[in-house]
Amino acid sequence: MAWFKRENKGIITTTEEKKEAPDGVWNKCPNCKKPLHQTELQENKYVCHYCDYHLRVGSKEYFEVLFDNNEFKELFANLTSGDPLNFNDNKPYTERIIESQAKTGLKDAIRAGVGKMEGQELVIACMDFAFIGGSMGSVVGEKIARSIDYSIKHKIPFLMISKSGGARMMEAAFSLMQMAKTSAKLALLSQAKIPYISLLTDPTTGGVTASYAMLGDINIAEPGALIGFAGPRVIKETIKKDLPKGFQTSEFVLEHGFLDFIVDRRAMKAKLGAFLKMMNN
Amino acid sequence: MQQIKTSFDFEKPIADLVQQIEKVKQVAEKTKVDMTATLDELDGKLNETTNNLYNNLTGWNKVQMSRHPDRPQTLDYINMICDDFIELHGDRTVKDDKAIVGGFATINGQTVMVIGHQKGKNTKERQYRNFGMANPEGYRKALRLMRLAEKFNKPVISFIDTMGAYPGLEAEERGQGEAIARNLLEMSVLRVPIICIVVGEGASGGALGIGIGDKVYMLEHTWYSVISPESCSSILWRSWDFKEKAAECLKLTSDDMFGNKLIDGIIPEPLGGAHQDPELMGQSLKDYILKDLSSLGKLKTDKLIEQRIEKFCAMGVVNE
Repeated sequence: MAWFKRENKGIITTTEEKKEAPDGVWNKCPNCKKPLHQTELQENKYVCHYCDYHLRVGSKEYFEVLFDNNEFKELFANLTSGDPLNFNDNKPYTERIIESQAKTGLKDAIRAGVGKMEGQELVIACMDFAFIGGSMGSVVGEKIARSIDYSIKHKIPFLMISKSGGARMMEAAFSLMQMAKTSAKLALLSQAKIPYISLLTDPTTGGVTASYAMLGDINIAEPGALIGFAGPRVIKETIKKDLPKGFQTSEFVLEHGFLDFIVDRRAMKAKLGAFLKMMNN
Repeated sequence: MQQIKTSFDFEKPIADLVQQIEKVKQVAEKTKVDMTATLDELDGKLNETTNNLYNNLTGWNKVQMSRHPDRPQTLDYINMICDDFIELHGDRTVKDDKAIVGGFATINGQTVMVIGHQKGKNTKERQYRNFGMANPEGYRKALRLMRLAEKFNKPVISFIDTMGAYPGLEAEERGQGEAIARNLLEMSVLRVPIICIVVGEGASGGALGIGIGDKVYMLEHTWYSVISPESCSSILWRSWDFKEKAAECLKLTSDDMFGNKLIDGIIPEPLGGAHQDPELMGQSLKDYILKDLSSLGKLKTDKLIEQRIEKFCAMGVVNE
């Protein structure tokens, strides 16, 4: 006799006949922990139906949310990282890159594309946090620089979606100089009077905040994102005090005057479309 | 040979030899025996050891040198190099940041704008200067002064010496990231020549925030990177104990930075470091500045800016 009989609960499928739910069909909201169905989540622009939490997603999802019919031409797709410093902490940097590429299917922590949003042309460069914490190395800097060049050449507005822990330590000073490179290119974009929208998403910190992310003609953010220069742990250790609630959130940064507005991902495309329309007419 | 004041563990071979020479001298004095040959030999050895040692400093040794308490700082250099200096204060928005100083000065009669981090020399001064770690006001003061320089067509000289921008609560509230970012953008198109010199520590965005120039130099025994070796160690190995290793990994020395084409040149220091002979260091720095002021002054402004932007845009290593 079996130990358990589940007949009275109506569960009569035998273990052998039990079907596994395909991977990726169900997700759990990291905030409210409620189950989210993949298709519904996709329709809801990767925002939790229950608590409006904006899930951390990558370039694939942002392109899908923003480009009309998900149609775009990917730019500079083949740029990959070198290893100028032969960096080796516990693992050679080159190995780390190859592993991250295999794990994420991405070449580096950023992708760029050009397409139409609400019928208007737009260049988007979007960071991928899944690739070594969205860290900014030479590839990130170079792809942003080239995307800006493309924007200037074709007179198309530029949208930068930041999502990064900051500079990539394994490229040390090379990584630092990407801040200089991207900022210099943005100065040229500004002189060409082509609109630059900087969208800050969860998280945007360190050298990314201290360069292109804060330099938009308009700086905007998704709700509840962590945005700051120094990480909260470092600040806490420095000032030896607990940090106030809501410190370094999008709402905090808006309140202190460094963001133009916070936009729900589901309303983002329409609002950005309206903004571009105002710039273009 | 000039007497080296030793203070670090890695300088012990020099200290030992000096001690040995002293002893021999004492013996010679006492016994009236001619020890010239021995002394000459020891002197030669001291010379060789000293040169070898300072030519082969590790990354971490350079970090130590850059933090030597007697090392000249921005205000020292201003005193040594400039005929006259009028310090200017305040960002016109929040307050005056003591971690960054600046003002109009003259060098050999030529007016320039000098800005730089000031760390302070003793505990009281260091606290007053917040250890050279600027808040957003500091970067905004620097930008205000650079714009002033641009308006009156005066070149900018920037001295970099910081452990990083201050990671504080108010700094975040007042937009530390935005302040640094704005400087990077504005400096890259500032319509006057800019000369930047890392005179001590060059840590991360806090250094780069006043570090975009037509010429960027490092003094021989300084470091410049994206993060301090201590913080790098604590992130990669979860402890500060690997700072020496981190310093090697980061390739933060002037030789590495020049080799990687991330700076324009290295300014040699007096034997044993800038603190051994600040006057000599100041003179050498002045020579470099005067030479560049003259050559950069000859360039057309548009060309100057184009070259500046091209230089920074060429930095980075990617495969296609």
